[in-house]
Amino acid sequence: MSREVHNGPTDDTQARGTAFSGDPQGGDDVAAKQLERLPLDSWHRARGARMVPFAGYEMPVQYEGIIAEHLWTRENAGLFDVSHMGQLLIHGHALDTALESLMPADFQSAADMKPKYSLLLEENGGIIDDLMATRRGNQFYLVVNGATKHGDIAFMENRLPREIVIDHMKEQALLALQGPRAAEVLETIVPGISKLAFMEAAPFSWENHNLWISRSGYTGEDGFEVSIPARAAASFADAVAEHELARPIGLGARDSLRLEAGLPLYGHDLDTSTTPVMAGLTFAINKRRRAEGGFPGAFRILAELENGPVEKRVGFDVVGRQPVREGALVLDGEGNEVGKITSGGFSPSLQRPIAMGYIAAHLAEQGTMVKLEQRGKLFDARVAPMPFVPHRYHRKGAA
Amino acid sequence: MPVYFTKEHEWIRVDGDTATIGISSHAQEQLGDIVFAEVPEAGRKLSKGEEAAVVESVKAASDVYAPVSGEVIEGNQAIGDDPSLVNSDPEGEGWFFKLKLDDPAELNGLMDETGYRDWVKTL
Repeated sequence: MSREVHNGPTDDTQARGTAFSGDPQGGDDVAAKQLERLPLDSWHRARGARMVPFAGYEMPVQYEGIIAEHLWTRENAGLFDVSHMGQLLIHGHALDTALESLMPADFQSAADMKPKYSLLLEENGGIIDDLMATRRGNQFYLVVNGATKHGDIAFMENRLPREIVIDHMKEQALLALQGPRAAEVLETIVPGISKLAFMEAAPFSWENHNLWISRSGYTGEDGFEVSIPARAAASFADAVAEHELARPIGLGARDSLRLEAGLPLYGHDLDTSTTPVMAGLTFAINKRRRAEGGFPGAFRILAELENGPVEKRVGFDVVGRQPVREGALVLDGEGNEVGKITSGGFSPSLQRPIAMGYIAAHLAEQGTMVKLEQRGKLFDARVAPMPFVPHRYHRKGAA
Repeated sequence: MPVYFTKEHEWIRVDGDTATIGISSHAQEQLGDIVFAEVPEAGRKLSKGEEAAVVESVKAASDVYAPVSGEVIEGNQAIGDDPSLVNSDPEGEGWFFKLKLDDPAELNGLMDETGYRDWVKTL
C-alpha cells in the first residue's frame, strides 16, 4: 500500500503530504524545521492524541477517531486546542484608520467587544490572511492563522505607522469549545458566559486567571473561543474535559466540521490569488468602505463588486462515495478546465463526499452539473449551496 | 495457511495457489476512519507492483498494489458496501481481493507474521 494523497486538516504542512503516520514522504522541508510544542502538548499526548506537524507545531490530529470526534462536536461539546493561532494586541494613535489602511473592515464604527471578520489584503486585492479583530477599549485584539502569523506581523509592522505597536501574545493559549452543549458545559466553569451572543466577547476570570472569551468558532455550531494564559491552559482544559459532555477534538475533525459549515481555510480556499469577492466574503466589506475604498486592492475589489468576479467559491455535492480532494480539476460538459477544488473530503454528518472550490462565474449557479477530475478519474458533481450542514449560531435576539 | 506481509503493509494469506490480500491492522490504524474502498473485478490480470485497489480514509487516499502477480478471482464487495469493515476487521472480513498466483516464488523474501509485527514496532 502506498500513501498517495493527503488532505491537510488545516494548512500547507499537511497538504504537502506529511503523513499522519509520521511517514516522512513529502514532508522533508517540514521535518527539517524544528517543530514547536503547544502549551498543552503533554496534555494531548496523555489523552492518546496522534500528533502531526502542522503550522510549525506538533498538533493533535485525532484522539479516538475523526468521525467519532466530528459527530461528538455536532451533538455535544468538543474542545479544540488552537494555540498555534496568532493572538495579537495592537495599540497606538489613530489605530482605527491605520488598520483600515490594511483591511476592508469598518473599524471606525466597530463596537467594543464585538469581533469582526476581516482580511489582510495585497495591493492587487489578493488575500494575505483572514482573521478576527475585536476592539478592546483603545486596543484591537486580532486572531490570525498559525501558519501565516509571522508573515502577518512583519507585513503589518512594515505598513503601519511607527506609533502603532503590535504585541504578539505568545504567552496566551487559545482553546475553543464548540457544539450545541458548549454553553451548558462552559457555564459550569465560567459562570456568565451564556449572556454572550454570537460574535460578542468579554473578559472573564477563572481561578484568578484572566480569560478573554468570544462566542464564535469554526465549526458552524454554537461555541466559544477562550484566550487564557498558557500556564493555566492545562488545568482549564482538565476542568472542561472533566464534564461528561465535553471531549478533546483534533485537527482532523476541525477540518471536516468547517468544510461542512462552508467556511474557507486559509492556504487552501483562500490565498493571494483569490480576492474577497471571488471567495464570497463580501459581507466583510460594509457600505462605507465600499463607498470610500482606501483599503489595499480596493480598485479591483470594488470593480468586482460592481461587475462580478471572474471566478466564485462554491460548494460541490460529489456523486458517488469516493472523496474528491484539494487539487482536483473542475471541468465543464466539453471537458474544458473551468475551476479547481480547494477543499474536499468525506462529510461525517452527511455520510457522503463534499467539496469546495472555485468555478468560472457563469457556471457558479446552484445545480450546475460539472465533472471533477482526480488522478485521471472523472466524477460527476453538482454546484451546491453552502453551508452543507446548517449553521446553528446563538444569535442575539434568537431563542 | 501461511501469511506473508509486505513493507507496504499488505498481508497475503496463501491457500494452495490462491492468495487473499488485504491491508494490515497497522495500516488501517494509520489511515484512520476508512470511508471508501474500491476493489478489482474478477478476471483482471495483475502484475506484481501494479495498482490493484483504492482505499480512502477521511484524511488520505492510498493505492493498494498487487504484492504478487496473478488473476483476480474475487474482489470483496463487502468492503465496497461498508468500508468501515477494513477498520473493524482488517486481517479478516476486511480483505480486499483474491488472486490465483502466477508464481508462488514471488512470495519468497516477504516477511512472516512475527517478522512483520516486529518490524512495525520499529517504525
